[in-house]
Amino acid sequence: MATTKGARRIGGKIRDADLEQIIGELLRYGVLASSLVVLAGGIVYLVRHGGQYPQYQAFRGEPDKMRKPVLMWEAVWRGEGRPLIQLGLLILVATPIARILFSFIGYLLEKDYLYAALTVIVLLVILLNF
Amino acid sequence: MTILVFSVILFFGALIAGLLGSLTGLGGGVVLIPLLTLVFKVDIHYAIGTSLISVIATSSGAAAAYVKEGITNIRLGMFLELATTAGAIGGAFLATYLPTSVIAILFGVILIVSALLSFARPADPVTAGTPSALSKKLRLNNSFPTPEGEKHYLVKNVVGGFIMMNIAGVISGLLGIGSGALKVIAMDNIMRIPFKVSTTTSNFMIGVTAAASVGIYLKRGYIDPGLSMPVMLGVLGGAFLGSRMLTKAKTKSLKMLFAAVILVLAAEMIYNGINHTI
Repeated sequence: MATTKGARRIGGKIRDADLEQIIGELLRYGVLASSLVVLAGGIVYLVRHGGQYPQYQAFRGEPDKMRKPVLMWEAVWRGEGRPLIQLGLLILVATPIARILFSFIGYLLEKDYLYAALTVIVLLVILLNF
Repeated sequence: MTILVFSVILFFGALIAGLLGSLTGLGGGVVLIPLLTLVFKVDIHYAIGTSLISVIATSSGAAAAYVKEGITNIRLGMFLELATTAGAIGGAFLATYLPTSVIAILFGVILIVSALLSFARPADPVTAGTPSALSKKLRLNNSFPTPEGEKHYLVKNVVGGFIMMNIAGVISGLLGIGSGALKVIAMDNIMRIPFKVSTTTSNFMIGVTAAASVGIYLKRGYIDPGLSMPVMLGVLGGAFLGSRMLTKAKTKSLKMLFAAVILVLAAEMIYNGINHTI
């Protein structure tokens, strides 16, 4: 399947089809990497807290170490499982965002400046609200 | 029920949701939120955050395969993401101000609409004629591989599709679902592109749309690791199994069954919303 559209590289220029292959791989590995981190965090969490009782009936909001990446990272080094799960989720969220970044670079290389501009706007809309 | 038992049950619940969602094309998010809120009595804010995570996981996983096959119209997806991401952010802000009972009722209504829309026959795609100036300028007209060779198509009514996508984005950000049904309708019936292209392109956009609102949910503490972990792994596992099962022949009856389940869940959500018990 990959060769039907994928191999149309003319004079070393980047084509849409090359971008499709790269984006496909990026998404696949992003999801895989995040699943592994979430799984690792999940094991630590269940070993440490598996015997306790869940409390989700009332909304209390998460503590800072589940919301701020720097604090998540520090808590992971203290051996906590839940912040590690959150880091895995951040990798998952970063995957489609990285995909936009790749598209942007690709459009620049293709000299498609209209789409390069569109991708930058989408990227800014997402990053400014993070 | 201890956390261990709770996590295991949630994992299998999400596995089934992911499997059914992938086989019927309705997505797993639509049953996850009722499952979490009605069965496990989880607060709807947590449920929405959890569902949003699962939506990103399944859409990215599936998009990886579709994009490489060259069916997805990436330019169309990129262009419409302008509309969906802006909408999603608006929706996420709205979610923090609306009372939970209103969110539950809205969710029920969208569930019913999605289930009904999944049975709508897509309009015939436009393959010949003169492309509109806007679709030419944006280079949206494209082709996709079929067993009979490359098939060309034109993208109609770009502005109408864009507005519909904006609405789909708001709903996605507000309710934590992919709103794939609305996206496919916008592309099939308004923009008149082939069904295969619209479903894969919709799926391609869902991850980015959800990523736009997830930052707001994370900051507000709606994303809980204890819920997200079993749900994300379960839904991904289910979607993977679904993509391996070639039950094309039974899809129709499965879809009927799934739609029936969704209608019951929707009624339950609306009922609980009206009684303020959610």
